[in-house]
Parts: sequence; structure tokens; C-alpha cells
Amino acid sequence: MSDVPLLAVEGVNAFYGTAQALDDVSFEILGGSTAMVGRNGMGKTTLCNAIVGVPPARVSGSIRYNGTELVGRPSYKVAKLGIGYVPQGRRLFPSLSVDEHLRMIAGRGGGSKRWTVAKIYELFPRLAERRRNGGAQLSGGEQQMLAIGRALLTNPSLLIMDEPSEGLAPAIIEHLVETFRRLEQEGLAILLIEQNLGMATAIAERQLVMVAGSIAAETTAAELSTDMELQRRYLGVEPLAERT
Amino acid sequence: MAVDRPPAISNRARSLALRRRVLLVIGWTLLAILVIVPLLWVLFLAPTTGKWATAFGSAVHDPKDFLITVLNGVTAAALYFVVASGFTLIFGLMRVVNMAHGALFLFGGYVALKLQRGMVGEGGSFGLTSAQVNLTHWIIPAIVGTVVVAAMGLAMQQVFLRWNQGQELRQALITIAISIILADQMLAHFGGVAEDIAWPRNIDTFVNLRVQGILYTETRLVILGIALAIGILLWLWLKRTRTGMVIRAGVDDRAMVSALGINIQLTFAIAFAVGSALAGLGGVIGGSFASLAPGLDANWLLYSLVVVIIGGMGSLGGAAIGSLLLGLTSNFSAAYLPSTYTYYSIIFTFMLVAIILAVRPLGLFGRPA
Repeated sequence: MSDVPLLAVEGVNAFYGTAQALDDVSFEILGGSTAMVGRNGMGKTTLCNAIVGVPPARVSGSIRYNGTELVGRPSYKVAKLGIGYVPQGRRLFPSLSVDEHLRMIAGRGGGSKRWTVAKIYELFPRLAERRRNGGAQLSGGEQQMLAIGRALLTNPSLLIMDEPSEGLAPAIIEHLVETFRRLEQEGLAILLIEQNLGMATAIAERQLVMVAGSIAAETTAAELSTDMELQRRYLGVEPLAERT
Repeated sequence: MAVDRPPAISNRARSLALRRRVLLVIGWTLLAILVIVPLLWVLFLAPTTGKWATAFGSAVHDPKDFLITVLNGVTAAALYFVVASGFTLIFGLMRVVNMAHGALFLFGGYVALKLQRGMVGEGGSFGLTSAQVNLTHWIIPAIVGTVVVAAMGLAMQQVFLRWNQGQELRQALITIAISIILADQMLAHFGGVAEDIAWPRNIDTFVNLRVQGILYTETRLVILGIALAIGILLWLWLKRTRTGMVIRAGVDDRAMVSALGINIQLTFAIAFAVGSALAGLGGVIGGSFASLAPGLDANWLLYSLVVVIIGGMGSLGGAAIGSLLLGLTSNFSAAYLPSTYTYYSIIFTFMLVAIILAVRPLGLFGRPA
């Protein structure tokens, strides 16, 4: 158990038709938090979808979770193995209320930590106030909380989040960062896909940089947030230090 | 030249928006005319003599026949709803336009018919009469017909459709093929003569409604009751149960439901079985209310399509409203067109579809996929 990595991605390629989106991606996650940063269109979301088993990309290579091969497995089985997924754009269900989002999933998954609807409301009291509201009537931050709560109810050991900071106010991002830290302390492994360097470096020490469908560099939060040349070269963003 | 490009694009966008607005205004105006003129005609204007003579005259002139036409429309709508709610359930969740829905309807009817004949006997040259049939002789065939068709729909989905998910054209062609094969087999086994399932004697009677002295067919009211019960049960199922939540979530975003650890294939199977069961039950009721004959499968597929196109694919409320509009439009156009023109009443149904689609392309309650 101890020598098997939690997640082992090996030589993964992904194609949309003939267009290649991932090119020989390999990395491992043993535990704790890992952030994957990179610009738009670099294949970050495709990688998420490949791990979780969400269509439409055609995926080859090997993705193992606790030693179990995930490639070719339907996504509901991947989720049952203990991978929670918070997708880009939240993808809430407009037809369901907040409460229904949570009740629909509660009590299905296995996993070590048993999340309940009540515990989610405890984690995000804001959601409890809005339990009768429709998924589409929430603010951006509330939507993100619901997407995270929904994923936690599958009782994951690994939580994959794709751009959770997208479109959120700084104060809400701050709140989410605190939540993620707490979840990590409780033993949850996190793979965070982010364009927001501030959030990525606040949550994870280990930083993977994705460029054009491959992992271009592996670095640390401290290094990434101070190395402006690295930021410029790989992320094409205005360096963090100069912005503030 | 290059400098001119951005304004050219925004001009085009503006003219498109303008054209869209003009079309909307035309659509709504047409809709208003087509609602108001027939309403005035039915309520006040329809004469009983002369070139434009109608069967009953206006509602003010003959309230009794007006009320009967309303009841006929609503009870016809009830049967449309039973069949179309199954159709819309399957479409909404799976995006499968089940072109075999009408064939399943007819097959359910024939199963019940043969079972009833098996239980009671062949009857005379016109089949059984209600006097020979009691409640059990109707309910047991109805249940068996429904269950057999549910199993058939489930088998169809598992064997043929499951492997073609997301390939809508293929699924439509497969279900068309199945419906043609089924229709031919039914013609071979059940013959080409129209036959009907006998209502039980307890309900094949008239009820005095104590309004305008109307004596109304009780079986039509029974159909209305069944449709209301089915509507409420479906609503409770979709609103209150976990399977219902998964179905509604699946209508929104199937891939996401699956990524949350829910086996959506299982839900698809349940929905297909329930949707098919409703087609089968509709066939039993339709076969008792009218008759069973080759060709009715195509008619009922068309009714279901019209209902969900009006109401919006995948919406239960839309199916109810769509059924009501279809039932009322077809009954009123048949009863209130001038007697020499009643032949054209079917046109009104399709005008209704055309106009609603012009104003709301996704139907009254439709949402983009």
C-alpha cells in the first residue's frame, strides 16, 4: 500500500479526432496537495477528464489509482473508487435545488471518511441558508461551494478540482483556500488545476507546469511565486510580484 | 479594407438582431390572431344556418354541446398525455427519439386484447361486448399489456440502443426499423381488421353531470382519472425520489451525473422501461376507447411527436400542456368548422405546431440540450 502511489499517470496521450491534446504526460501523486498550472488550452481540463473518465477525448496510456487502472473505466466507477471531481464551470444541475444536489449523492459512495449532507452544511453554512434555491440561482462562490460539497459526498480520497477560482471574488477565494487547507489536514489529497497562481501557490507546495499538452516543469510554490522568468516563459502571465 | 471589418461584423449582428425581433413580433401577432379569431368564432359567431353553418352554432347559442366539446377535448388530451409522457421521459433523459413508441402502443393494446379474449372467450362477430366483461377482465390484461411492453422497451434499449449512445440519427433509424418490423408482425398475427378491447360493464355507462343535463360517457372520465393519476405519480417520482433527482440531473448533464459515481446506464434502463410501459398502457386504453388496427402505430407516434414538440421535449408539464392543446384544437376544429369544411380540421393541429415553433423553437417548456 505504502509503495503504491495514490495516482500514477504514465505516458498518457489524448486526442480529439486527430488533434492531440495531451502528449506523453507522466506524473505521480503520493498524497497531499498538488497544483497544475498553465495557460488556457494547454490540456489541463483534458487531463482532468482523462483521469475521471469524462468524454469526449480518446485517451491512451495508463492512469492508475491505488494501483487500479482507470483508462477505459466508466466515470461512475472511477468516482466510486474514491476520486471526487469538481469540474471547470461547476456544471451544477439547473433542474435541482441545492438540497437535491446533495441528497442525490449522499450515502452512495464508499471511502474512508463518511460525508453526510449535514456535514456539508456544517462546512459551508452559506449553502444551508440557500438549500431551497435552484442550482442556477446561486452566486459564483455559492455555486463553487455546492460543486465542492457535491464532490465530497462521493467520499473521495483524491479531490480533483478544475479552476475553482474562476470568476470568484478575492475574499471568496480566500475562504475556499482555508477550506481546502482544512480538508487536506483531514487527509484528503488534492489535485488542483489553476490559472490563478495566487490560489495555486497558496494551496499546494508542489507545482506542475503544463505547456502544450505536456508537463514542462515541476517546481515548488516558493520557487514559482518568486521566479518571474519561469512565470513569463511558461504561463505568459504578468509576474505575481509585479502585479501587487 | 481591414479597417472596415469590425464595424461590418457589428452591423451584421445588429441586422440579425433586428430581423429576429421583427420575426418575433410577426409570430406573436399571428399567434394572437389565431387565438382570438377562433375564440370569437366558437363563443359568439358560429352560425347554425347559411353557407357557414356549423353543427352546433356558437357557445352562447348552444352551451351544452360546447361543454361536451370541451370535455371531449380534455379527455382526448388525457390519452395523449399518457402516451406522450412516456415519449418525453425517454427523449428528455436519453435524447433518443423513440420512433417505435407508436408500435409499442399498438403492441400493448394487442397483448391486452388477446388476453381478454383468452379470459372471456372470443365473443360474437364484433368481438366482446362490455356486458360480458367484468373489472378483472379489463385490469389484468391492462397490467399484463403494460408490463410486457415495458420489458420489450427495456430489451430494445439494452440490445440495440445502448451501444449507440449519442448517435441520434442511428438511434432514430434503428427504432424506425424496429417499428416497421413490429408493425408487420402485428399485421401477420393479429390481422388487419379493427378490433377493440371491451370496457368492463361497471364503467361502460353514462354519467349525469347535472350541468345542462349532460349525460357523459363514464369511460372517458375514467381515462381522465387515469391520466391525472399517472401525471401525479410521475411528478412525485421525478420530484421526490432519488431516482427522479438523478433523471432530472441527467437531463441537464449526463456526463456530470456519471462523474459523481452514479451509474446513469441503470437510470436510462429504468426510464426506458417506464416510458415504454406508458406507451403500452396507452395502447390498452386507446384500444378500449377506440380500436386497434394497423396504421394506428404511426398515428400515435405522430400524436406523441406533436405533443412534445408543442410542449417542449423532455418536460412533463410541457407534455400536459401539449396534450391539452392538441386535444382541444382537434376536437374544436372538428366540431366548430362550418359543416362543409370539417374535412380540413386536421390542418389546425399542424398550424398550431407551426406557429408555436415559429415563436418558441424549442416548444413551450423546452430547454436547449
